[in-house]
Amino acid sequence: MADTLRYREDEPVDHPAVTVDAFLDQSNASAVRIEPGDDARELVPHLERLALVEVNFPAFGDGRGYSSARILREAGYDGELRAVGDVLVDQLAYMRRCGFDAFEPDQQLDMDDVQAAFDRWPDVYQKAADTRTPIWAKRHS
Amino acid sequence: MYKYDQYDQAMVDARVEEFRDQARRRLEGKLTEDQFKPLRLMNGLYLQLHAYMLRVAIPYGTLDSRQMHALADISDKYDRGYGHFTTRQNIQYNWIRLEDAADILADLAKVEMHAIQTSGNCIRNISSDHFAGAAADEVVDPRPYAELLRQWSSFHPEFSYLPRKFKIAVIASEKDRAAMRLHDIGINIVKNDAGELGAAFYVGGGMGRTPMIAPCINPFVPLDQLVTYCEACLRVYNRYGRRDNKYKARIKILVHEQGADEYTRQVEDEFAHLLEQGVEPPHDELMRIIRMFEAPNTDQTAPNDIDRSDPDFALWVDRNTVAHKASGYVSAVISLKPVGGIPGDATAKQMHLMADLAKEYSFDELRVMHTQNIVLPHVRKADLHALWTALDEAGLGSPNLDTVEDIIACPGLDYCSLANARSIPIAQRISERFAETGKTGTLGELKLKISGCINACGHHHAGHIGILGVDRKGVENYQLLLGGSEAEDVSLAKITGPGFDENGIVNAVETVTTVYERERQDGERFVDTYRRIGMNPFKEALYG
Repeated sequence: MADTLRYREDEPVDHPAVTVDAFLDQSNASAVRIEPGDDARELVPHLERLALVEVNFPAFGDGRGYSSARILREAGYDGELRAVGDVLVDQLAYMRRCGFDAFEPDQQLDMDDVQAAFDRWPDVYQKAADTRTPIWAKRHS
Repeated sequence: MYKYDQYDQAMVDARVEEFRDQARRRLEGKLTEDQFKPLRLMNGLYLQLHAYMLRVAIPYGTLDSRQMHALADISDKYDRGYGHFTTRQNIQYNWIRLEDAADILADLAKVEMHAIQTSGNCIRNISSDHFAGAAADEVVDPRPYAELLRQWSSFHPEFSYLPRKFKIAVIASEKDRAAMRLHDIGINIVKNDAGELGAAFYVGGGMGRTPMIAPCINPFVPLDQLVTYCEACLRVYNRYGRRDNKYKARIKILVHEQGADEYTRQVEDEFAHLLEQGVEPPHDELMRIIRMFEAPNTDQTAPNDIDRSDPDFALWVDRNTVAHKASGYVSAVISLKPVGGIPGDATAKQMHLMADLAKEYSFDELRVMHTQNIVLPHVRKADLHALWTALDEAGLGSPNLDTVEDIIACPGLDYCSLANARSIPIAQRISERFAETGKTGTLGELKLKISGCINACGHHHAGHIGILGVDRKGVENYQLLLGGSEAEDVSLAKITGPGFDENGIVNAVETVTTVYERERQDGERFVDTYRRIGMNPFKEALYG
């Protein structure tokens, strides 16, 4: 198992995530795992009881998890949002922009490459789910 | 024309370094080919039959002489001294070495160019009307809106791993010169009764193996919500577009399977939500971009008379120039379709010449047409003879815009690993045949488009005459289609019947033009006659 990269100060949740269906059926779970075909919006009424949302990327080319992440952040979720599965260096920066603040890759990543990926972009063109100021806002500030 | 500021330049420079680093990690074995492939594709690098191909973005088809010179230099320095202008208003180099790719991207960045998202399952280079800013009939210059969307779509964090590629076109006139409704999103900027500008959204068009004409899902999106509406369209697609079968993954399938009404409902819900998220750039940003597309400072006293005493020149003027909004000016089309030539190809020398002529005669501006020709958009009528003389000497003076010789053809089996059949030799033989018989002129507007496989890069579904190359038991076979159009009279071509071999398809094209000549009424184009009389007379002539 590769290291989990975490960019949060709080303590990690120590119990396993349940499926979306299981989460909606039971009241005490605080960690849930979203699969690509799940509708992240089903979680929106229950965000206050969630401390960890894992978004699974069974294959890095399936980009549905990026939308799931942004939808949760747009709905005000501020717990841990963790990308798990086929999480690779070259997708990290976009994932971060979509609101992920933890990464649990299947394969160990080279930490120098990870740092380079996060440092890559001097600016961003869009407003997304991170705190970065878009270029259009800087141009007219 | 749009000019990069320090932000744009820094982003493109960062992209070059990112790709250099990715290529290094690929060579070190840290990235598998499967992991590297989408990354190189999003930098325009394809693996073709014989070598890598690099597709360079020419946003909305607009470039200046400095950029055209740079494209020529790249073809000399890294390729075989020529380039291929494409139906996406881009340029492709066919003989690239992977080791050179990062250096080429760096050379491009020096002239405010890139190959970002010219391939891959992401939002591709945005196309537009090649006469934008010059056309007498436009409501407004559509390119500032395309540029706004270029920036929004570049390195989009949510939409870089879509189910499939995604193509957007922006136009702003009733005449459609960009095949707008055959795009994933076609945007037509229109004026409402109150005189306000808005964007009509057509979503779910496309060619490929399942051609579809995009339905209008919203006739008037206010322009200060353009980015937000695109974001809503893309989010619904990213979440619900099919990923189980790459041939059913384009948005046209989603819109078709859900129905346009249901897709629209989902988009409108997402749009209402996203309006609260502050994703739209401010009006000042749009104004900043619009100011860079100000109309050229034309000479209001420029004469309208043209000395037509040279018949060859007069023919070129009639065929290859188009009305301009400024008196005394035209847009002049440089044909990249010499008889027997390869459609869309230009040598480095020709590119340098076109750049020089743009600087001298066209306010330093050129356009790439999706029909694989080049436009000098703002030329004084008084300069046309000098321009034509220079073009003609360089083999660039073919008077054949929108004629049967002005063929769109994909690279086909000469280059492409997906192709089933060659396209280029068919185009060459057809243009030779019609040049020999001298019928090019009498046939008038006749749009002929050739694809070497079902993926339809040569737009055969949208040809007045379309040709589709297929593989029949190991032999190249060519199907004939009639009645398509990519313009405002958009329609999809229908197959005539059994296919033909290489000689047979050239004869078949000639046969259907003979039917047209026999049947046409006053002023009818080929496609008009076809629509009036239907397929049967053509079938009878072809198959007896």
